[in-house]
Amino acid sequence: MLISIASGKGGTGKTTLALLLAAAHSQVTLLDCDVEEPNCHLFLQPQWQAAGQDITVMVPHIDSDRCTGCGACSAVCLFSAIAISGNSAILFDELCHSCGGCLLACQQAAISEEQKTIGTLTAGTAAAHPGIYLLKGTLKVGTPSAVPLIKQMKQTGLQLAGDILIDCPPGTSCSMVTAVKDSDFCILVTEPTPFGRHDLELALNITRLLRLPTGVVLNKSDGAAGDESIETFCASRQVPILAKIPHSLAFARQYAAGCIPGEFQSIAASIWQQLKAERSAGT
Amino acid sequence: MKELVIVSGKGGTGKTSISAALACLAPQKVLADCDVDAANFHLVSGATIRETHTFTAGFEPHIDEAACSHCGKCTSLCRFGAINSGIITAPLNCEGCGVCAFNCPEHAIAMKEKQAGHWFISHTRFGSLIHAELGLSVENSGKLVSKVRQEAKKMAATEHLPLIITDGPPGIGCPAIAALSGATLALAVVEPSVSGMHDLGRLADLADHFRLPLAICINKSTLHQENTNQMITWCLSKGLPVFGQIPYSDTFRTAAQSGQTVLEMPHSDVKKELTILWQNIASHLRLPSQTSTLDLLLQKLNIFR
Repeated sequence: MLISIASGKGGTGKTTLALLLAAAHSQVTLLDCDVEEPNCHLFLQPQWQAAGQDITVMVPHIDSDRCTGCGACSAVCLFSAIAISGNSAILFDELCHSCGGCLLACQQAAISEEQKTIGTLTAGTAAAHPGIYLLKGTLKVGTPSAVPLIKQMKQTGLQLAGDILIDCPPGTSCSMVTAVKDSDFCILVTEPTPFGRHDLELALNITRLLRLPTGVVLNKSDGAAGDESIETFCASRQVPILAKIPHSLAFARQYAAGCIPGEFQSIAASIWQQLKAERSAGT
Repeated sequence: MKELVIVSGKGGTGKTSISAALACLAPQKVLADCDVDAANFHLVSGATIRETHTFTAGFEPHIDEAACSHCGKCTSLCRFGAINSGIITAPLNCEGCGVCAFNCPEHAIAMKEKQAGHWFISHTRFGSLIHAELGLSVENSGKLVSKVRQEAKKMAATEHLPLIITDGPPGIGCPAIAALSGATLALAVVEPSVSGMHDLGRLADLADHFRLPLAICINKSTLHQENTNQMITWCLSKGLPVFGQIPYSDTFRTAAQSGQTVLEMPHSDVKKELTILWQNIASHLRLPSQTSTLDLLLQKLNIFR
């Protein structure tokens, strides 16, 4: 079962929940797809297997001897990644989407493709939690788009058997969509504030668009007015609230220190039960 | 004109709350919310929208069904698995590259500009706010961020305001890069947690990469005093000034609940620390840190704008 953990905004507790769920499972793969700021490894302290694998994308390589500066490549590039200066084409590789359009357009056969590293993928088993196998993607600093890295991470992860958890990047744009896509169930983590409610709605619109079965976990719940507004909203959109995690300063302190607090293990276990029920209902 | 951009490496550290508090303290400014993925600033500032504009960016294919012969050329050339013989089968996979259109033997495909969201000019308790909403699952958040900044600059110029306060996006990817490039000062709001320290390291690398001045504000500093001390030592070793330390306070939560900034709460326990933060920023940017009554009066009378 592939379960993605997302949220409209950051800081709602995606990583916390992913770690709680992973620690409550006997054998699970955790994919840290928050590649701009991967954090799961800080809590799991895994023994990394061998060296990290470079993740690459294909970018055009322009043979300046063959290039006549005709501009055909630049004309078809809708991302403005190629400009013409004098008699040759210049590439701005950070704008390139690797579509291959320039190759097809070049009449001089002056364009080939080469690999460019955009990040790394490392994997390992957590020392304190041997049941958790962690795959971590790290975007190279200065690389604008995380999408190809997340895509390739998921390809690697999906070849593994058993239950897979995905800690997704925040937001509702392309990186988040790439991370949640194709999951069997998406858990949206939110908190009982107007910010949480606003961003939950955006995230829910995405899971609806992708037709993903979705449930909500309300983190930092304090039983007050904020809770009610999330409950009313979820009821109106017919989305189940899988669990409420109480607001706990002790929990926050342990988390700040880099521990997976044991405080809410029973909540994690109950979420797993609901996910399993969902799976048997789905098949 | 000075531009202060508040960033965080990751979300949830208190960017919006701190930006709002600074907006409350800074006398003359334009506000910009560059977290176009999940904009929240309008929720704490009582924004009423004055102008709505459509944002177009990128392209999408439009297929002339009468001209399409379903030859399958587009299917074989599309690297993103978005099209099958003239039918867009997976619109979310389409990157808008136009390979299908440029290489269609029947010229049946045209690339048209795509509507990618909206941007707004709003009136708030603290002045004008430029904010935006990115269309769902749309790329180009970096471009929309740039658009918001550009409009904020335009407004600051026409209204002769010396400062732009920008609530930035989380992360270190395309939107963060777009929000930071060319800013006068980046203020990182960070938490004293192991993840907070890790993310600050990556953010500092990014600021370094773009040669941007970076200052630090440690939020929830009492959550883990040891980590806070360690963070300060690290910042000093890197030559990064720590402009503020805001203790953990529940007032942030209650303020957000009631749609106000933490400084507007009746029993705000972090007022002193936030004021110090603002004074440090103001002196770094060489801005007057306090509103003189004359300034306020002129602003209210709206004369010399």
